[in-house]
Amino acid sequence: MQLTLWTYEGPPHIGAMRVATSMKDVHYVLHAPQGDTYADLLFTMIERLPKRPPVTYTTFQARDLGGDTAQLFIDAVHQANDRFKPNALLVGSSCTAELIQDDPGGLALGLKLKTPVIPLDLPAYQRKENWGCAETLYHLVRNITKRSAASSLSEVTSKPPESVRPSCNLLGATALGFRHRDDVTEISKLLGELGIEINVVAPMHASVKDIERLPLADFNVVLYPETAQTTALWLEREFKQPFTKKIPIGHKGTIAFIREVLTLANLPIDEELIKHLSKRSRASWYAASVDSTYLTNKRVFIFADASHAIAAARVAAEEMGFQVVGLGTYSREFAREIREAAKLYDITPLITDDYLEVEDQIEQLHPELILGTQMERHIAKRHGIPCTVISAPMHVQDFPARYAPQMGFEGANVLFDTWVHPLMMGLEEHLLGMFREDFEFNDESAPSHLGGAKKSGAEKLSTQSPEQAQDNSSLELTFEQDGAKTSSSELTQSGEERVNQLIQVWSNEAEMELKKIPFFVRGKAKRNTEKFAKETGVMQITVETLYEAKAHFSR
Amino acid sequence: MNSVIPIQSSNKALGPNIQHERGQREVFCGLTGIIWLHRKIQDAFFLVVGSRTCAHLIQSAAGVMIFAEPRFGTAIIDDRDLSGIADANEELDKVVNQLLRRRKDIKTLFLVGSCPSEVIKLDLARAAQRLNKEFNPHVKVLNYSGSGIETTFTQGEDACLSSIIESLPPAHLNEVANENKKKLLIVGTLADVIEDQMQRIFKDMGLTGVEFFPGRNSQKMPVIDSNTVYLLAQPFLADTAKRIEDRGATRLAAPFPLGVEGTSAWFEAAAGAFEISKEVLEKALAAPRQRALTAIARHKTVLENKKIFFFPDSQLEIPLARFLSRELGMKLTEVGVPYVHRQHLEQELKLLPTDTLIMEGQHVEQQLDRCEQANPDLVVCGLGLANPLEAKGYTTKWSIELVFTPIQGFDQAGDLAELFSRPLFRKEKIAA
Repeated sequence: MQLTLWTYEGPPHIGAMRVATSMKDVHYVLHAPQGDTYADLLFTMIERLPKRPPVTYTTFQARDLGGDTAQLFIDAVHQANDRFKPNALLVGSSCTAELIQDDPGGLALGLKLKTPVIPLDLPAYQRKENWGCAETLYHLVRNITKRSAASSLSEVTSKPPESVRPSCNLLGATALGFRHRDDVTEISKLLGELGIEINVVAPMHASVKDIERLPLADFNVVLYPETAQTTALWLEREFKQPFTKKIPIGHKGTIAFIREVLTLANLPIDEELIKHLSKRSRASWYAASVDSTYLTNKRVFIFADASHAIAAARVAAEEMGFQVVGLGTYSREFAREIREAAKLYDITPLITDDYLEVEDQIEQLHPELILGTQMERHIAKRHGIPCTVISAPMHVQDFPARYAPQMGFEGANVLFDTWVHPLMMGLEEHLLGMFREDFEFNDESAPSHLGGAKKSGAEKLSTQSPEQAQDNSSLELTFEQDGAKTSSSELTQSGEERVNQLIQVWSNEAEMELKKIPFFVRGKAKRNTEKFAKETGVMQITVETLYEAKAHFSR
Repeated sequence: MNSVIPIQSSNKALGPNIQHERGQREVFCGLTGIIWLHRKIQDAFFLVVGSRTCAHLIQSAAGVMIFAEPRFGTAIIDDRDLSGIADANEELDKVVNQLLRRRKDIKTLFLVGSCPSEVIKLDLARAAQRLNKEFNPHVKVLNYSGSGIETTFTQGEDACLSSIIESLPPAHLNEVANENKKKLLIVGTLADVIEDQMQRIFKDMGLTGVEFFPGRNSQKMPVIDSNTVYLLAQPFLADTAKRIEDRGATRLAAPFPLGVEGTSAWFEAAAGAFEISKEVLEKALAAPRQRALTAIARHKTVLENKKIFFFPDSQLEIPLARFLSRELGMKLTEVGVPYVHRQHLEQELKLLPTDTLIMEGQHVEQQLDRCEQANPDLVVCGLGLANPLEAKGYTTKWSIELVFTPIQGFDQAGDLAELFSRPLFRKEKIAA
């Protein structure tokens, strides 16, 4: 049993719903009690889809439990099949139905329907949403392609002659995916320009007939490993289709992806073409322009699904010139990949689905920017740290009306804009630094282009209750934040104690001087100064010590 | 999943036609009530003992709001609890300890049962007893079920309130202290602003010491005994009412305080029980009633003669239908309700047009077909259905807003009418 205040992923049957909802002619019959229909609103309200998800729920009640819940399920299958006339039926249980063990798969197969039935076994007490998504796509593809290979259909869909252009499938985009809709458009366009045909996009926009045609492609493009890797691995084994490993996020990521697909497609690497296409991305010029100098080594904390987190870290470090101070994911299935990525930045990755743990780490690291999910936006808001959402789970606001892909060259432009927008601009930052005591424009104010409203100082760094926080000055909070209590109250301690604890004492002047350092680097300056003082055996930190430490660490 | 079965209505002469159907329900389960209960009772924490689905449901339903750290959470049951590797009771104790260490401000902890906890027969009543031994009097631990196999949406509040009533000290301990003085209790969660307004009107009527349940603080609970008469503020409190009556209290039959007519009759019922003269009552109600009439008149021009169709949601549907048909001139096509409490709604049912079709339960596909046939001007439905219906050209009102908005009493009658006129007005305003 685990205490959970917010959850990053839903249960695995939500993943199955995402696959069903993204397709054209699949229906999902879910054995589930009343209340589980809440999942419809994820699609109709958060994603604003104009149609109901193709899901029928059995809605069993307590009084049915002693009786025949299996019959209820069978009736629901018949009704859904008759009413919606799907070309494939997914059947399965939600968490409660799993406990009553009616075996929806066996029951539905026993009905001998003409519609192909695909049983889903998604253990709700072990697995989560993205895994459910991947597993559903895999079973669907496996079942449908095997079925079509066994039937006469295989003649109709036999491989076309070698003369035609190389082709690929685009795998992994689903309903409720972060910008999947726009990524598919962007990458389809890019592949077309490279002379590669798109055979099938799945599951988004696909029909059952399209799934039958998957084996015809030369290779697969895996846009989102979380949802498509299981399927791609199976297609590779079964039909000798290789698949892409590069994720086309960021300017450099997109170029690496182009090289990879050209190789898989057996096409020459046309450097001129790549150069021509990459001109579409303004992001690398924007990052190079002098205005962006202030972005250098901004401390960024990243937490997302694994592929978005890894890609964001790469873009942050290599394309924006940020410093990645934290990297993590809730996708435990991809823990190995995240560990590998974290090595590049010399940090320990955070692999957890406990948002309280994420918040703790953010508090410790003092990032200047958070790239995260809706949950990190909650945390960022509370601490007054700029934040951009880069991954599911997300809010209705993260389904913008405009075209806003994350992938490809246009995606790189979107990343630049959305990551930089919440930050305070460089020259404004300098002005604040010079005239620190300005009554109106100071540390506590938000970037002026975002309204410049005063941030709540008490909330900014607090891990305490609001009442406690208001009693403290923001400086003391900064001190407590760093674990070592060094506020002026420490002066009352006996000298012996001080030595034993190896805690240095700050002089009043040094404390005042520290206050003049912008709040987002203040913690670091303080830590560095104390480290320097400890190393050099200084017990009383003066203004001199502060500047000596600064010089020491800026070598 | 049967088709429509007419309910035998031998004991009812003339009245609305109540039918029943069953099938897929597009209604939340009782857990959803936590979204407003945790805001109302400010020193309580709601710990759902359930699955990841339960956690996902509450955060999705509450997803439009941002709570830094909500006063609700889920103890997610996992494989180890089910397979017996871990003892579910010990695990629960661990989670509760972790939570109470973290939130020292909690005075009442609700253990909320869910579908999975009911099916595996995890005994939360016993768990609450056990935890009370450890934490009472600092923290009181109560339990109720918000599971979808037993409760729909607003029944979660009923189950919660009824668990509070059960935990109150027995009535006989208080009787001596109470001088046999008759007192009024208002039952059902209301917005703070509405409580204050009602309290002012009661005062103008000469009624003091009126108490509201639940209170804003779990430490302040009413004394309920045979001197208590109570008025329901919400139509979904069947169990709570029973528990209150077990303690000797008497319910005052009244329509619900929605709209001018409902609110007037509701206060009249209180006046009747306390022998308040017609003149005093009239004096107390006249001004707010006049304000309400003025406020709703504006919306009548938009809503009059428009056809409305209700999908079942909060059990507020019948009082709302009564208000919309009698005060705003709307035509009722179908009034879907998850469950009709015939006794508590008796006064309401009498006021509905006799040809009204009330559909208890739900078979959502059949209901969508009937909705299409009825071709209403306005559809009241849940969040799962609203956008798909809008995309088909219908105008909709999300029913959940009716639970999250102050709508009771005179001074909200205009706001309530506006909730229905706004979608129509908006559609006209942005029409091509």
